[in-house]
Amino acid sequence: MKTAVGSIALERPGMIASGIMDETGDSLVRVLESGAGAVVTKSIGLEPNPGHDNPCFMEVRGGYVNAMGLPNPGIELFKEEMEVAVPKGKVIGSIYGAGPEDFSKLAAKMEDYGACAVELNLSCPHAKGYGMEVGTDPEMVRSIVSAVKSSVSIPVWAKLTPNTHILTKIGLAVQDAGGDAVVAINTLKAMVISPEFARPIMSNKFCGLSGEAVKPVGVRAVYDLKSVLDIPLVGVGGISDWRDAAEYIMAGASAFQIGSAVGTRGLEVFQQVNEGLSAFMEEYGYSSIESMVGAAHE
Amino acid sequence: MSEVVTIKRIIDECYDTKTFVFDWDAEVRPGQFIMIWIPGTDEIPMSVSGICEHTKSITVKAIGEATRRLHEFKEGDRLSIRGPFGNGFDLSNRNILIIGGGVGTAAVMPAVVQTGADTIIAARSDRDLIMLDRAEKHAANLWIATDDGSKGFHGNAVQLMKEKLKEKSYDYIVACGPEVMLFFTYKACEELDQDCQLSLERYMKCGAGVCGCCVMDDKRICKDGPVFKKDQIAQLTEFGVSRRDACGRVVKFR
Repeated sequence: MKTAVGSIALERPGMIASGIMDETGDSLVRVLESGAGAVVTKSIGLEPNPGHDNPCFMEVRGGYVNAMGLPNPGIELFKEEMEVAVPKGKVIGSIYGAGPEDFSKLAAKMEDYGACAVELNLSCPHAKGYGMEVGTDPEMVRSIVSAVKSSVSIPVWAKLTPNTHILTKIGLAVQDAGGDAVVAINTLKAMVISPEFARPIMSNKFCGLSGEAVKPVGVRAVYDLKSVLDIPLVGVGGISDWRDAAEYIMAGASAFQIGSAVGTRGLEVFQQVNEGLSAFMEEYGYSSIESMVGAAHE
Repeated sequence: MSEVVTIKRIIDECYDTKTFVFDWDAEVRPGQFIMIWIPGTDEIPMSVSGICEHTKSITVKAIGEATRRLHEFKEGDRLSIRGPFGNGFDLSNRNILIIGGGVGTAAVMPAVVQTGADTIIAARSDRDLIMLDRAEKHAANLWIATDDGSKGFHGNAVQLMKEKLKEKSYDYIVACGPEVMLFFTYKACEELDQDCQLSLERYMKCGAGVCGCCVMDDKRICKDGPVFKKDQIAQLTEFGVSRRDACGRVVKFR
């Protein structure tokens, strides 16, 4: 079950997706101990942020919507959480900012804290001035990735949004700027309205859709990216069993992340996916994850 | 999924606390909670305080913006809810002592109704006591404690519990109340080698075990709890010591 995302070797191919049970050191350790090959932290910014008011989450058919609004204690205080998590396994530091300078500062801190890589949140669909608002402009993406690359020596991953018609251009911008991997996808921009109260339910009005419903969108995005990129890909979006994971790998992902399924299936999902994937690989004669990567393209 | 329910009945429990009974067929276990949305204000977790086949209730103390707004709701008004969430109490054993402190009484009331076990209800004073009529009807014995002695035992819930444990032995204690009460309930149980289950509380966003913001150590209050057993509580270094705010920053209690 070994795999690698560029220079980052993973004992197991599944990671926790950013935003899920990853705001505190103890939570990150618990996820690592439940069978994840690595953990990605909550997206951390320069200053403490309470996020959007409640309601900021609800269950919908096929998944969840959320408009958490990037809650986090800020990069200075996050040091304490990293000190707890880093000794227990591979931690990828997710960060968000408004431009190249913010991202560079945050990435440097994450490297100091012992992150094995940074994941740039260029894709959150519900935070004004951040996430997909900076991540859908290829020029901005190029300047952010290149600024971060020059400020850290750990690998730089860029998490992209499916809420664009120029996904491959953005992927190429990441690659051209020296980015080490692309993570796809973040949530789909969404809205939920209460007919009884005649208003959007989320306090932020807009939110992001995650869970099983988005998986085909994510698989397509990874397939598209694999068609044009040489750097490794990490697949994320609606994975809840081994078949989902296999789809992402065959679309071109070297590793994958799981988020919403932690809510629906529990943390056992990592162990279940690992076991299922391993049995499938044995039955179908795949000797490694690597031998499956991009199989659907051939 | 969120559901819209209609308020059928409102009970004035005391000067600042009301119970809202609404039509809801969902299966709910004693100790579980729901997320309730007050449009334009907030969405907050609330323990289910009454469980009937076709109706459920919540009992709300007006202490913040959302709860004060909720107090303005009338019979026939609609509420939007999600849930039920959380594990609930393990009531497989009926030789238990149930303790409710303040508005925490609401969270244990379905357990009192279901088991008919001996019950302590405690509050600051006579005027803060709630749900005594339902407890009187169902509990084998009902004992009351008030901090100022205005009704029942003069002292707090933990002091009265210690008195009662001298007279009778129970398989375990079931309790919900302010964290300081629960902390000393736990300490007393440790001293007396008494088993217990406590319903804990933290600031919540998703309620569904996803976002990780209501954690105490590595446990999610919303999904792994809100009810924790004594051996689990022994592992919680943050219990009674600190909580996390909406940003995830540690806030010490004292």
